[in-house]
Amino acid sequence: MTPGVALGAPSELELSRRAWRQRRARRSTLVALLSTLLFGVVAYLVVTSAPGWPRVRTTFFSPTVAWESMPEIGAGLWLNLQVLLVGGFLVMVVGLLAALTRSLRGPAFAPLRIVATAYVDLFRGIPLIIVLYLVGFGFPALGLQGMPTSPFVLGTAAIVLVYGAYVAEVFRAGIESVHPSQRAAARSLGLNHRQTMRIVVLPQALRTVTPALLNDFVALQKDVGLISVLGAVDAVRSAQILVGQSFNFTPYVVAGLLFVLLAIPSARLADAVTARARRRQQSGSLL
Amino acid sequence: MSEVASSPVGAAPAPVLEVRGVVKAFGDNVVLRGVDLAIGEHQVVALIGGSGSGKSTLLRCASLLETVDDGQVLLDGEDITDPRIDADRVRRRMGVVFQAYNLFPHLSVLDNVTLAPTVVHGRSKGEAREEALALLARIGLSDKADEFPDRLSGGQQQRVAIVRALAVHPRVLLLDEITSALDPELVGEVLAVVREVATQGMTIVMATHEMGFARQVADTVAFLDGGVLLECGPPAQVLGDPVEARTRQFLARVIDAGRL
Ligand SMILES: Nc1ncnc2c1ncn2[C@@H]1O[C@H](COP(=O)(O)OP(=O)(O)OP(=O)(O)O)[C@@H](O)[C@H]1O
Ligand SMILES: [Mg+2]
Repeated sequence: MTPGVALGAPSELELSRRAWRQRRARRSTLVALLSTLLFGVVAYLVVTSAPGWPRVRTTFFSPTVAWESMPEIGAGLWLNLQVLLVGGFLVMVVGLLAALTRSLRGPAFAPLRIVATAYVDLFRGIPLIIVLYLVGFGFPALGLQGMPTSPFVLGTAAIVLVYGAYVAEVFRAGIESVHPSQRAAARSLGLNHRQTMRIVVLPQALRTVTPALLNDFVALQKDVGLISVLGAVDAVRSAQILVGQSFNFTPYVVAGLLFVLLAIPSARLADAVTARARRRQQSGSLL
Repeated sequence: MSEVASSPVGAAPAPVLEVRGVVKAFGDNVVLRGVDLAIGEHQVVALIGGSGSGKSTLLRCASLLETVDDGQVLLDGEDITDPRIDADRVRRRMGVVFQAYNLFPHLSVLDNVTLAPTVVHGRSKGEAREEALALLARIGLSDKADEFPDRLSGGQQQRVAIVRALAVHPRVLLLDEITSALDPELVGEVLAVVREVATQGMTIVMATHEMGFARQVADTVAFLDGGVLLECGPPAQVLGDPVEARTRQFLARVIDAGRL
């Protein structure tokens, strides 16, 4: 631990420091456990003592309804997952292309730059649900030859349009966060604009934006549930159908919990990546 | 240092790099007001001057990282400020080292050095690698070839940056205050590398605050003040017995700061 001093035999001082840290860590854990427990008990008592609780319990938290609705909602969730995977990939492609287009220099690229900027401004401003309606119902209404009508395709397209605009800005922020000297160093070695982007700027930008991208991915995970407004039978729509049949709201709770379960791994991954990025930036410092 | 050492700068035959009446402004701030400077083959020119006098701007104009507002820069007699010229091709013939943020942090030391030779100059990976390792050995950093830049000290990073610039066999090496971001004890090792490169005959223009080093290594010292090249000549004359009052003032301040 301490360079220059013979290793293997920590001093009395260091031993006492370590013991103190360990004691403090144990105490913190205990305090955290107790306060969580206390909070849980209080919340439980407040909810169950509410006058409407018995009714709420049977209409929202019925175990039998939950169990019976599982297969259909699960099947619906599979559709959400497909939208998530296909859409997530396309979002990255569209976002990166838009960001790179906006970073192009030179008057010849002005039209492209303007289109990319307009795209980002437009789709960052419109609520996703409106884009879903416009794409989902407007495109098929055009009656064009070969226009897809499946809510899966149209819903994914709408989501990609909106999230692509967000992600484009994330990428652009990442590209701009790379110190200008890096570009100067690359250009002065004779690399052209494209080589500089590909070999020097983008790899560094990607590292910076990974935490932000993962957060957007978590947000995307629940927004894929919105394709249900186009009639796609996903987890949300399945739950809706089941609720309509049984007049019991438990399927909504089930669908909600399934979405949470889906989101937890990526949320933890996002946290871990963010923490790692921060550690790398300030390795050695205590704060 | 070399055969042209004693000849005055303007008169050097067939200069490698020549700056003619270069003007550069950022908005209303006129930074270079018509600078003339010629650097002959194997010459080492030290560019001195106060902070904000335009040293970095001059080097950035010469390496085409900025466009000039007037005047010309010629490399081997070719006007490289001509907009019709391919700037990327010109930059391949120059090596530039900056004050900081030089190395690419996501590439290993070896990849930093071999990047331009392979990607820009189309040399084979093996060949570039061999030469890079030989260069790294010369500066005593062979064992760091596979490290990433953040594992190196500032001095080691700057030495690698010099090697990276040399790996493309540039006609001229432009160094912009490459030691001013370093702890004093690391300055020596970087200057030693510059000195060796100069002894090998490389043509060098360097902006520097290290007057002692300029005196020992440079053939010519050029004093830039408010965007004008006030004085230019052998180090002994410019640093020892300057003609201009401004130069004397500047040197007095530098001596006060303990850098001469
Ligand atoms: N990109 C830029 N945009 C606007 N002004 C700039 C830019 N680069 C330099 N300047 C201005 O040009 C002037 C000269 O700057 P320059 O960096 O060339 O000075 P310098 O001699 O290298 O100083 P130092 O010794 O501090 O490095 C300064 O007034 C600076 O503010
Ligand atoms: Mg400078």
